[in-house]
Amino acid sequence: MPQRRSSKHSKKPLQVHNSNQADLSAWRKRGTVNPEKSVQNRRSLSDQKNDSKQDSLEEALSYFEKVQNRVSLKKSEVLQKHLSTVESIALQRGLPPEGFDVLLDVVLSGKLADTVNTRILKSLVPASVIPESSVVSSVSWLCVSKCSSNIQLLFLRWLITMFDFIDRKEQVHALYGIFFSFLNDEKLCPYICHLLYLLTRKENVKPFRVRRLLDLQSKMGMQPYLQALLSLYKLYCPELVSIALPRKVKTYFKNSDGLWKAAINAVRQRNQANSPVSRPLFLDTAQPQSRKRKWNAQLIIPASSANMQNLVVDSKKNCVDSYSTNESFPVERLQTFPQLLRNIHRLEFPSQMGSVLANPLLLHYMNCIKDESVYLRLYYWMGQTLQEECTWCVVDNNQYEEEFKGFLETVYKAECFLQEGFSSCEEFLYRSLPLWDGVSCRSQVLRLVSWIPLSTFSEMKSQLCDPLAQLFFTSSLYFKCSIIESLKELLQNWLNWHMVHLDSESDSQFCSLDTTLSGLVNGVAELVQFVGQISTAALQLEKNHTFLLYFILDFYETVCDMYLKYKLPLLIMPPAGVFYAALLSMDSVNLNQLCYIMYRYRTNLIAAKESEQNKKKLQQFKFSSQTYQEYNQYIIAMVGCLWTSTAFQKDNHPQGIRLDDELLEKTGVQEYRNSFNIVYHPALMCYAVDFLQQAWPDDTTFNFSLIKGKKWNWYLKYLYARGLEGLKLFIESSINRVSKASQSKAEN
Amino acid sequence: MAGGRPAASAMELMEGATRTLPGSGRPSSAGRLSRGPLSGRMYGLSPGSRLLQPRSQENADPQKTAFLLRKQWTLYSVTPLYKFSAARLKDYARLLGVFIAAEKQKGLAVGAGAELGLRAAVSSLPELRGSERDPAALLIQLSSRSSVSPKNSEEKVIWSGWFCCVAGDDLTENLPEEFTCLPLFLANGAESYTAIVGSWFQKTFDCCFRRLAISPLNLTWMAAMWTGCKMDKNTSAMELLFSVPHLPQPLDISYAIHPEDAKALWDTVQKTPGEITQEEVDVFMDCLYSHFYRHFKIHLSATKLVKVSTGVASAHCDGIIKFLQSQYLTGVLMLLTELAISQIQ
Repeated sequence: MPQRRSSKHSKKPLQVHNSNQADLSAWRKRGTVNPEKSVQNRRSLSDQKNDSKQDSLEEALSYFEKVQNRVSLKKSEVLQKHLSTVESIALQRGLPPEGFDVLLDVVLSGKLADTVNTRILKSLVPASVIPESSVVSSVSWLCVSKCSSNIQLLFLRWLITMFDFIDRKEQVHALYGIFFSFLNDEKLCPYICHLLYLLTRKENVKPFRVRRLLDLQSKMGMQPYLQALLSLYKLYCPELVSIALPRKVKTYFKNSDGLWKAAINAVRQRNQANSPVSRPLFLDTAQPQSRKRKWNAQLIIPASSANMQNLVVDSKKNCVDSYSTNESFPVERLQTFPQLLRNIHRLEFPSQMGSVLANPLLLHYMNCIKDESVYLRLYYWMGQTLQEECTWCVVDNNQYEEEFKGFLETVYKAECFLQEGFSSCEEFLYRSLPLWDGVSCRSQVLRLVSWIPLSTFSEMKSQLCDPLAQLFFTSSLYFKCSIIESLKELLQNWLNWHMVHLDSESDSQFCSLDTTLSGLVNGVAELVQFVGQISTAALQLEKNHTFLLYFILDFYETVCDMYLKYKLPLLIMPPAGVFYAALLSMDSVNLNQLCYIMYRYRTNLIAAKESEQNKKKLQQFKFSSQTYQEYNQYIIAMVGCLWTSTAFQKDNHPQGIRLDDELLEKTGVQEYRNSFNIVYHPALMCYAVDFLQQAWPDDTTFNFSLIKGKKWNWYLKYLYARGLEGLKLFIESSINRVSKASQSKAEN
Repeated sequence: MAGGRPAASAMELMEGATRTLPGSGRPSSAGRLSRGPLSGRMYGLSPGSRLLQPRSQENADPQKTAFLLRKQWTLYSVTPLYKFSAARLKDYARLLGVFIAAEKQKGLAVGAGAELGLRAAVSSLPELRGSERDPAALLIQLSSRSSVSPKNSEEKVIWSGWFCCVAGDDLTENLPEEFTCLPLFLANGAESYTAIVGSWFQKTFDCCFRRLAISPLNLTWMAAMWTGCKMDKNTSAMELLFSVPHLPQPLDISYAIHPEDAKALWDTVQKTPGEITQEEVDVFMDCLYSHFYRHFKIHLSATKLVKVSTGVASAHCDGIIKFLQSQYLTGVLMLLTELAISQIQ
């Protein structure tokens, strides 16, 4: 019986790399970008799904751990269930390290039928690594030969394929002699040779082993696998192997990885796609063979150190080991944040800059190192990759859409992480948006739009706004909403960038602040105006759709606070097409939002006026009187509508709702004057009805005119209690209550 | 032309439409949200006029570049090589040899190179450049010893590829020192070797290879430019190959013109010697098209120009070129360098 430590079966949390994911959320910069939240939400969702799978896997593992006697697969439904659980999870996500102990023990102990063992062996695909201990214990099972020779053979093939996934190999190396003894078995011999070939070190080459191999060769003839091992021995100890070996052999070993290769690649790709930190942990053998027609189209590059260059020098100095003499810390070993902190002074960027994208630790490092060549290397790689893989610009690329989507996501996440856009990405958007159908990779493209850096707007107008506007007007409601949303995020990113640079103003890195600031102000102004234009048109096209209005007002929630929140000397009122659509909307959420926005405009404008009077900073940017005038017109219309019931008389906006009394009377509506006040407004009427029912439960006539005087104040409080915070802020700030004192008395 | 055509980029279609726009130079102010090279942006525009030969063309020894002639070269664009040193070519050759051996026998990198009978050589071709500012071209050759008598027999080159840059000032100007700009790569031999060598370069110098297709528009430039070159009397005919789009069966039209006739036509079109403008190219092609229409009632302008061959060189839109005259080698390379640069910028 092989020795077994009982502790290894204690239930450790499955999936070691999860801890990595948790770390990431702490690393991310906080609070600035909303999409990150959604990323996290999505992650927790998939975590839940994983949990249930994890449970069933644990059940299956504990079943296999306990299973005693030969259970027939046909008869036992339990076995069938657990077996298929293991298979499906293994092929989807790969097995956790702890699974290998249990499953290898079952397979090699010969408890179950060979069909079951074969199926288990075939599904032994690692999610991350294979613990060395499980390999050692399975070799000891091999020695007692409880399982059939077919299983032994399959196990060896598995071991050869998975060799690079074993987490450490010291103990496996110690078993060299045991493996060597298996050479006697004629059937196993080729695979044992292959395994020994992988394991052999110089100290393993011994005269008795050379003799044994030569004996075998004389017995079995010139077999390529024996020759391979002999040539390796000869390479290490030429004095021990005196026979001549042919110089050229086509293939030494048969490929034994066919059974697992596809599964390994699939698992690997899926795990990389799922985890935000895909840790490039896999070594070269698992490298997916050029997945495509192109030999260099690799979207996710594993990080490998740039030692290739040093090797040249090192090999001249001393031929020993370039790693041990080398001062630098290889990026392959960089796996935790503390490691990064400890080794940051001797870290080097990987040989291919593209590999930093999916590696948050290296992104951190990149953030610290201000080196133009780093960005240049990334710029070239990313620019070429985006163009080459673009699914709508390159014919026949459609089939790789999922992959391209994943790549765009990775780029976007890296941009969020670094809080800056990549210029190669910007150029890609400028190049490809005119050709974009608005469908392929939609959400990814729109998210990337939000990271376009602020540059001269004239360029943006022709390259970005025009193609977007074309798609905008011809696409569905939801597409319109998502464009407005990504433009909102674009605006926020610009404003955030501006804030950061205001803070670092003292660095005087940007000496020409004035021109930069005016450039920024102009750029922002043009973006806001652009959104105003398309919003007005879209509201007409979509008949003031509530959903669309919601996204538009969301945009203006950022716009109305630019002065106070982002210290940008600019305020732009929404166009009348947006303002009146919101004011007269049927939906209380939008009306409430409009009230909030108007309240913020007021606060910002007052603050601007004050600072103007105090002759403080930013004097060169004076708000135009037109902004104030526009605000006043809107506020008159709003107060007239919601409060004083004089909207049709007092509104003086050219696109407003001023109407002659004669015309209004012709409509036949009674009491048309107050039909948009807070009681009769279509967005609020449902509240009024509810209020009436509560205040006068017996009255079924819905006499809205009862709401006045003291009741009016009650009604207001009722509305506020319903969460209409924006309305509250608006009324409290913008409406001069006639007698505040009497009102508060009345309330008491 | 049947057979595998590489995926044509739809961006090519943009080219003609946007070529009148000025290349909008990017402001190099610090007030940007991103970092990156601050070079002018072209978005695939091609210039309005081109020079026929690099301005300061050294009289290179035609013998040294003769082996590049009359072979089919597949074109690639390559982004600048990071930390490449021309002084280390021998080391690179050795490492490349090891890498190829390892790739050929996955995981069995024993007795590197020797057993495989493959040798990698890296050397420089200083003849191939437009000016002193261009880095020297770089030649990579893989040769095998014949297996019969390994010691004495001559090595046979089984694959070769070269990087070059002729008048690549557009790109080299703004580049930091640690980058070497060799934007054009040409390969001849099995694609599997191209893949291995390319991967090694990508891994070692953090560069990026992309197939360089030649748009029909640029093929017309080649047709015009090469027609104007002075040639010996008995050169082969100029041949243009067109393919008719949207047909169930592929239909190709070959249009051969006597080189002297073509030259005579070109001489009436071209005004300033040594320089060619887009307008001249258009006029030249329109003349050829209308001549063809008079005889066959086929509008060639509605078809796609696929291949141009003249006495100077022949070029296929898939990005395959054959040089025929060493005298004009750098001239052709200058145009190809320009195309490669516009693809990587």
